[in-house]
Amino acid sequence: MSALLQVTDLRTLFHTDMGTVRAVDGVSFFLNEGEKLGIVGESGCGKSVSMLSIMKLIPQPPGEIASGSAVFEGRDLLRLDESEMDRVRAKDIAMIFQDPMTSLNPVLTIGRQLTEAAEIHLGMSPEQARRHAIDLLRQVNVPAADQRLNEYPHQFSGGMRQRVMIAMAISCHPKVLIADEPTTALDVTIQAQIIELVKRLGEELGMAVIWITHDLGVVAGLCDRVQVMYAGRIVESASVDELYEHPAHPYTLGLMGSLPRLDGQPKARLLTIPGLPPDLIHMPEGCAFSPRCPFVHERCEQERPSLERVAEGHVAACWLSIEEIEARRGSLVVEDRTPHGRGDENA
Amino acid sequence: MPDKPMTPETLVQVSDMRVHFPVSKGILWRRRHLAVRAVDGISFDVRPGETLGLVGESGCGKSTTGRAILQLYRPTSGSVLFDGQELTQLRGEELRRARRKMQMIFQDPYASLNPRMTISDIVGEPLEIHKLATGKAKLERVQELLSMVGLSPYFATRYPHEFSGGQRQRIGIARALAASPLFVVCDEPISALDVSIQAQIINLLMDLQSQLNLTYLLIAHDLSVVRHISDRIAVMYLGKIVELAERAALHRSPMHPYTQALLSAVPIPNPKTERQRRRILLTGDVPSPINPPSGCRFRTRCWRAQERCAAEEPAFLEQADAHWVACHFPST
Repeated sequence: MSALLQVTDLRTLFHTDMGTVRAVDGVSFFLNEGEKLGIVGESGCGKSVSMLSIMKLIPQPPGEIASGSAVFEGRDLLRLDESEMDRVRAKDIAMIFQDPMTSLNPVLTIGRQLTEAAEIHLGMSPEQARRHAIDLLRQVNVPAADQRLNEYPHQFSGGMRQRVMIAMAISCHPKVLIADEPTTALDVTIQAQIIELVKRLGEELGMAVIWITHDLGVVAGLCDRVQVMYAGRIVESASVDELYEHPAHPYTLGLMGSLPRLDGQPKARLLTIPGLPPDLIHMPEGCAFSPRCPFVHERCEQERPSLERVAEGHVAACWLSIEEIEARRGSLVVEDRTPHGRGDENA
Repeated sequence: MPDKPMTPETLVQVSDMRVHFPVSKGILWRRRHLAVRAVDGISFDVRPGETLGLVGESGCGKSTTGRAILQLYRPTSGSVLFDGQELTQLRGEELRRARRKMQMIFQDPYASLNPRMTISDIVGEPLEIHKLATGKAKLERVQELLSMVGLSPYFATRYPHEFSGGQRQRIGIARALAASPLFVVCDEPISALDVSIQAQIINLLMDLQSQLNLTYLLIAHDLSVVRHISDRIAVMYLGKIVELAERAALHRSPMHPYTQALLSAVPIPNPKTERQRRRILLTGDVPSPINPPSGCRFRTRCWRAQERCAAEEPAFLEQADAHWVACHFPST
């Protein structure tokens, strides 16, 4: 079975006064039908820009999609003209964002914003579109849907606004939903509701989901497969179980070790990733993570590793083999410098 | 009011503290004067050398609590005893003197450092205000503080814009420690930082605490972070503390339904665990603090709510050893 979406060698640059920012630097990945793919990374790693590039939502200039293709159902999205792309964005690939308030028009009612796409793209009459909108709001669990259609975005809470955005996104039954940190601004109990909602909708509508986040916890509960990005590149990709059990890139290891977790040892010193995220204008010669890597050796500073297979369905961009990584993993456990470690909750 | 949790030794004792912010609604003749009851009668204490975690969702009043303890907001009523001194009655010079011993670390390291001041001026300002050091002594102390937080002493002459978020947060921590405080309120100290930087700051806060024997009130929305650092944890909901217990007890056997929901909503970075977890999904949103529900404030979202919950506000009671809960039907 071929993939629903196949992205190959995507490069997105931003030309600024300070120099050229290589925001996305050769990203290739695929998405299968109905699959939930997590893209994890810190701010500036290119996770959002790569998705915006596929959706052709990068302002050009200053942005430039320098190379690559994004084949969706046999068509390269990057070669489509604006009107064709409009249709793709409405019917095939929908996107929701972190801050639903900036994505909703504050002077139009929720009803007006929800019916627009249905009238244009599904050819519904205003009355049909209204019934469709009520259905959508019910699907995303907005109570009193018929009344709330006449309200404005500011009358909705953050969680409710995000539900409205999701309702709008699924309005024309897209095959892919790209969710760009949709729960980062929300409280954790509301986040749990939204994740549950997206899971359910994904299954009901057979919709594939790309979930962009910095939170490895959210991915663990939601996604089938994960991709870790660093400095504009994918550094590791695997199924969730494989990635969390056998991380094969030192950056993934670092990210996992640096999380305080509910099932972890309280007061233990956390593993830290030294230094700062890279400057995307002045990238190091070799591996972009080498200045911060605890396992760095000579080759890393000269040559950039490409994604290599480490196991079935598991690739990583590191000169060290997974055996070498696993052997050195133990050395990362930092000595407890201070007498913190007295908690015993998980002993 | 119920008795506050009493302990043999306390550094900070908050009793029935309320912080209300006046708001007006409507126009002219229909104008109504209301109050946002951000903090609405909370009592707890902080013991010397411990970290008390204060956790809750946005708008629950946790930051207001932190600020009101330091008298950055004056409490509407109630009392705040710090090291035996009643802070709510203090004014002017007296209050300034009391404040030397209590400091704050802010959430946003971009907003909390004056861009026109050098690092030396920022970190040294408390020394000047409290007349602790001047001239060469001040510079030496600033350099010592910078090394303490893991920054180069040579940074003293630079400006905030030259630093990353994590470095700025270290500068904010150095400033908080300048006047050798006993008590530090850490208000979401890591939530504005990148994931890989957060761990550095958490480790630093824990190291400094044991080196300097500091007492922390850690305010955060992230229960994983709070649990990692805190000795005891208080959970806030809509202006009230609903549960207060030792870290392990709160994690292992939460009694308040809100704590249970909060714990179950926190994602755990382990796919196998996540698949087996059963989430308690709360319905609806947090009600308005202008007009909170009668009785128990959580009852509108609580699956255990009964008639009594609407009629009668649950008292904050010690249901188990050092485990305080405000619920008519706590899990035991």
